[in-house]
Amino acid sequence: MASTLIVLAIIMGAVVFWLVRQTLNVQPWAEEGLVGQHHAGGPFSISSAKIGLIVFLAVASSLFSLFVSAYFQRMDFGDWTVAPEPVVLWLNTVLLIFSSIFFQRARNAAIKNRAGGVKSNLMIAGLFTFAFIGGQLWAWQVLHNNGYILSSNPANAFFYLLTAAHALHILGGLWVWSKTVFKLQNKVEVYKVCTAVELCAIYWHFLLLVWLVLFALLLST
Amino acid sequence: MAHVALADKGQDLAHPKTWIGAYVWSQDHKVIGIQYIIVATAVGLVALALSAMMRLQLGFPGIFDLIQPNEYYSAVTMHGMIMVVFMLTAFFLGGFGNLLIPLMCGARDMAFPYMNMLSFWVYLASVLVLCSSFFVPGGATGAGWTLYPPQAITEGSAGSGMGIILMLVSLALFIVAFTMGGLNYVTTAFQARTRGMTLMRMPLSVWGIIMATILGLLAFPALLVAAIMMLLDATLGTSFFMPAISDLGEVSSTSGGTPILFQHLFWFFGHPEVYIVALPMFGIASDLISTHARKNIFGYRMMVWALIAIGGLSFIVWAHHMYVSGMNPYFGFFFATTTLIIAVPTAIKVYNWVLTLWHGNIHLNVPMLFAIGFIFTFIHGGITGLFLGNVAVDVPLSDTYFVIGHFHMVMGVSPFLIVFGGMYHWYPKFTGRMLNDTMGKIHFWVTFLGTYAIYLPMHYIGILGVPRRYFAYGTTLSFPDSVQVINASITIAALIVGTAQLLFIFNIIWSLFNGKKADSNPWRATTLEWQTPDTPPKHGNWGPELPVVYRWAYSYSVPGADEDFIPQNEVPSENSKHEVET
Repeated sequence: MASTLIVLAIIMGAVVFWLVRQTLNVQPWAEEGLVGQHHAGGPFSISSAKIGLIVFLAVASSLFSLFVSAYFQRMDFGDWTVAPEPVVLWLNTVLLIFSSIFFQRARNAAIKNRAGGVKSNLMIAGLFTFAFIGGQLWAWQVLHNNGYILSSNPANAFFYLLTAAHALHILGGLWVWSKTVFKLQNKVEVYKVCTAVELCAIYWHFLLLVWLVLFALLLST
Repeated sequence: MAHVALADKGQDLAHPKTWIGAYVWSQDHKVIGIQYIIVATAVGLVALALSAMMRLQLGFPGIFDLIQPNEYYSAVTMHGMIMVVFMLTAFFLGGFGNLLIPLMCGARDMAFPYMNMLSFWVYLASVLVLCSSFFVPGGATGAGWTLYPPQAITEGSAGSGMGIILMLVSLALFIVAFTMGGLNYVTTAFQARTRGMTLMRMPLSVWGIIMATILGLLAFPALLVAAIMMLLDATLGTSFFMPAISDLGEVSSTSGGTPILFQHLFWFFGHPEVYIVALPMFGIASDLISTHARKNIFGYRMMVWALIAIGGLSFIVWAHHMYVSGMNPYFGFFFATTTLIIAVPTAIKVYNWVLTLWHGNIHLNVPMLFAIGFIFTFIHGGITGLFLGNVAVDVPLSDTYFVIGHFHMVMGVSPFLIVFGGMYHWYPKFTGRMLNDTMGKIHFWVTFLGTYAIYLPMHYIGILGVPRRYFAYGTTLSFPDSVQVINASITIAALIVGTAQLLFIFNIIWSLFNGKKADSNPWRATTLEWQTPDTPPKHGNWGPELPVVYRWAYSYSVPGADEDFIPQNEVPSENSKHEVET
């Protein structure tokens, strides 16, 4: 469980550090009156949707780190035989990197309020992502055809499990992506989708990071 | 992009126009909270009925003949899982969390009302899937609430077919529902607090619920990972957890899997889960005690830090549930140490409650009775926890009734007393009527004394060595026959306590129509939920203006003040100097 503990220690550490700093020198029983200027309530100057996403990313980090922990623990048993990673995974990694880059470009365009830039970059990012999903399915096909089926070895089972969990997260992101693209098709103004585009960009960067960690794990073991 | 704080937006809530929009597909946090409470109570009654059946079997074996051995295991499993996850977690976070967070923070609603609604409906789906497993061939799973493989999915054990699959699917749905709700609670408490409501002015109820939510968000994924992997083992023949099994000479297709991995994943969720239930309980208990003792909570800042510390520590104690799984002794040493360390902030909280009562102006209202009763049961359960946290003491007591007595005291009875206390306390705010006092007092005394009649003897027979999870004991040399007499008396006490809960349900329904009309602040409390313009609060909670907060949540019996409480949103007058003594 060491890898999970490290991830959770970082998350909990950040939470505890922030909370303790907020509460350390405060003596609420001693002070009366209005504290703070305009809006003492919201300590963060970012939108609620973004906070929600960040919290969700913490949940997803916990989930993937637990998968990785389980992988390490199961690996130590004698029946573990690793399948060769399909070469197509390298291509998929490049595809996902490109989709992340184009999401970033879409976000930059959205902040500058350039409708055309948002739409085209968003479309290209989506295409790269679909290509990634297709590539992952291809990798599954390659493994399956070579006889590395799900139930034959725990290493295979973990390969299918990790890639599927990652792909499901991407599909969830694509749902938000498709809603945003649909809105842009209907000539909705850019500032209305700005948050959605920004959140997608953050989410894709996160999923790219997760994939890089998972890919490194698969390659190194 | 100019940032508009959520608390300042306010007015754009879509008010529903139809009855169905207002009470069924509602996005109002109060309605969702009540929906959560109703479903959690309903499924809790199912679990209560299961425990009555188990007790009748144990107390009077062979007389009532209500359940068969296989069904007994299903009952044990479902009782535990329902009570821990689908009742208490849902009640504290889905129920009290939804009702209290926006009102106590001075918000109009949750940060994401639509997702909040989805959270409830997915929760309801998870409960329905769970309950449907009673009716599938083979019955509900009988693997114990810990669902340990291999027996959970090995043919021959109760509910190893559809039963366990439905249980795992139901848990996965619950986790999805909880995550949607949890994102809401955290975001709302961080973003939607009203003007002047700094973190350290929040009531401890909100602190407890939020810390529990953070724990849940980080811990439930462990259960999800375990559930997914076990589902694959059960349906697609993978060997994550399943070792090779030879049954009557037939060797299974699985091989090499490790049940210990499941235990690690399960308890990595399972131990924080204890605190997911406990932290809201701590928070609400603090508010009940302070309000009804008319005294500020002792050591507010320490109480907040204790919640944070318990939350952090709860992630590094999980393996104390696995002392008998054959772990490295140094591992056990480490987890015994962390387990004893986590008792320190917990004990600080208990001292602070007692010190809050000390020299307080104690009003023995029904909520206060439950809160004081909770201090007793929690100390009791907490101290037996220290016994079990030590490897050397735990090993002989493992899998005996001592463990049953311990965890029912600490995370069965204690949270339920606070659930009841909270219901008596906040019922007037959400219905406009008081609960009947006489029925409440009968409910308290029967429940409080009754639980001792049930669980104290369990500790004793546990020390005698009576193992848990047995359908019937018969005559054995390992413990005296008189254990059967104790078992019968436990059963009688349990049935009486169970019946008292029906009185509580009756009280809730009866008072809805016949209860004494409540004014907006019957307990003369300081926190914001009692200062709403309407009782029960309307959709949007506040009038045209959000309340502005000027002080912390515990200004009770302030010297020099006109009354013995000053609401958080009361404008301080120029000549009021009652807050200067620091």
